[in-house]
Amino acid sequence: MVLLDYVPIFIMVSLAGIFGLVLSKASEIFGPKKPNPEKLSTYESGMQPIRTARERFSVKFYLVAMLFILFDVEIVFLYPWAAVVRELRLFGFIEMLIFVAVLLVGYVYILKKGALRWD
Amino acid sequence: MSVTGSDLLGILAVGIVSVTALIAMLAGVFLKNSARLVMWLGLAGMAGAFAAAWGTYPSAGTAFGGMILAGGYASFFGMLILCAGILTFLLASDYLRKEGVEYPEFYVMVLFAVSGMMLMSAAADLIIVFLGLEIMSVSLYVLAGFMRRREKSIEASLKYFLLGAFATGFLLYGIALIYGTMGTTDLAGIALRFASAPPPSLFWVGAGLLLGGFAFKVGAVPFHMWVPDVYEGSPTPVSGIMSTGGKAAAFAAFLLVFVKSLGGGGAKVQTLLAIFAALSMVTGAVIAIAQKNLKRMLAYSSIAHAGYMLTGLAAANQLGESGVLYYLVAYTFMNIGTFGVISLIEQAEEKRLEFSDYAGLGLRQPFLGIVMSIFLFSLAGIPPLAGFFGKYYVFAAAVDAHMTWLAIVGVLASVVSVYYYLRVVVFMYFHEGPEGAEVISVPLLGSVALLLSAAGVVGIGVFPSSILSLTGWFF
Repeated sequence: MVLLDYVPIFIMVSLAGIFGLVLSKASEIFGPKKPNPEKLSTYESGMQPIRTARERFSVKFYLVAMLFILFDVEIVFLYPWAAVVRELRLFGFIEMLIFVAVLLVGYVYILKKGALRWD
Repeated sequence: MSVTGSDLLGILAVGIVSVTALIAMLAGVFLKNSARLVMWLGLAGMAGAFAAAWGTYPSAGTAFGGMILAGGYASFFGMLILCAGILTFLLASDYLRKEGVEYPEFYVMVLFAVSGMMLMSAAADLIIVFLGLEIMSVSLYVLAGFMRRREKSIEASLKYFLLGAFATGFLLYGIALIYGTMGTTDLAGIALRFASAPPPSLFWVGAGLLLGGFAFKVGAVPFHMWVPDVYEGSPTPVSGIMSTGGKAAAFAAFLLVFVKSLGGGGAKVQTLLAIFAALSMVTGAVIAIAQKNLKRMLAYSSIAHAGYMLTGLAAANQLGESGVLYYLVAYTFMNIGTFGVISLIEQAEEKRLEFSDYAGLGLRQPFLGIVMSIFLFSLAGIPPLAGFFGKYYVFAAAVDAHMTWLAIVGVLASVVSVYYYLRVVVFMYFHEGPEGAEVISVPLLGSVALLLSAAGVVGIGVFPSSILSLTGWFF
């Protein structure tokens, strides 16, 4: 049975899980607790929180984030292509050219629309 | 690995549409007030693609290593979907101006949606089904919310997006399970394995999920909840192409997977499809009676029509398959026509969408009255119009496949449906219009589209063999 090969991994993962749970629970139960306002703040030795994080953001942030994701994901296609571009020769090159050209049309579109202008 | 000329010829039609969409996108952003220009560009592109699909129609085969169908079936659906796209363009331009949202992006998104639909109906591989479905759906999500200042439009877009994404998840999970059990996503390969040995039970889980995804896209009960709100809220020409081109593409892929590849899927799947069909027909027909808003009534009627088409699929015989294709052609012309008339009557802010707004219209505006009556009589299934023969073929197929009960349910549902279709006609001709009701000027492009649709409904109704001879050799 092939599944038997995975038994050591299963044991390893289970032990890791149990170890982590036991340690964190143990420190919660046995550790000393002396809370003060400074300790309970969000970032104990960081910046002072000014106000709540749950407020309205300008839609510009979402737009930039969305466009970033769009163009960032394309890199996922470029990496495997770069690894085999020698074997694919001209065919692979032209395919990628078409792919990038379509992307470029989208880029020119958002540029002309002013989606990347901040103010 | 390389691409040959025949590969490129195989995707010529969908290629032309995609490239036109890209050019239109750039034209729309570089030129000022270019909506009209982009519309004509898109029309020219779609006409070219239609010619390409017509030219490649006789040479049926596959392209790109068996990934995609070329010619024949793909060309037939390509031409059908392009017809829907062209009619939508013609009807949309004046509607958009009336609503104050005449932007070139509308036409670009319709072009992308059309290319997705064409790709989906040409799929020879489950991955292409998924790819085409996503291109189509994402464009339609945007189009549904095109009137971004109107609450109902946003609601339609959001509902369609959330439910559609969920249904796509179903479909993708189904594809994954089928790949896992059959070892391939190629439809021909799946067909071979399916025929040689009974598949493991996990395969049926995958097939069931796939069935759910397709049933969602065609708007069949019990996956129909999105249809009324989305059709009502979307801009009217978008409801038109969503209910015709989108449905045609989904049914094309449905047929390719369940009928051509799995041979109907066996008695159990056929019974399941028959139950979906019966539920859709009855639910759509009964709930449509209670509607006051014409777009909402047409949405429920669209659920019922999905049921009629599913009847042909459940029968899974040659008559049923040709019948579904015929039905899709008939439905495209009559439904885009009906939505077209509604889009002309409709006024800004969602006014003039109720039955009572049609009072006296037939006498006030003879042209609109006559074409609307043709479309509605056809939807109701009155001979010699196209809708009648569509129903005739699918019901005859059901009787042939020993599903007489399904044919009886269908006939009863379509008798019920006559009430709400003819109610519009009664309002148009037998009710007095309000005093001093204004006469709407019918724009030239819109009337061309309505004339073409009406000619289609009458033409393929009088000569049903013209379509059947095109589709007969696919199965």
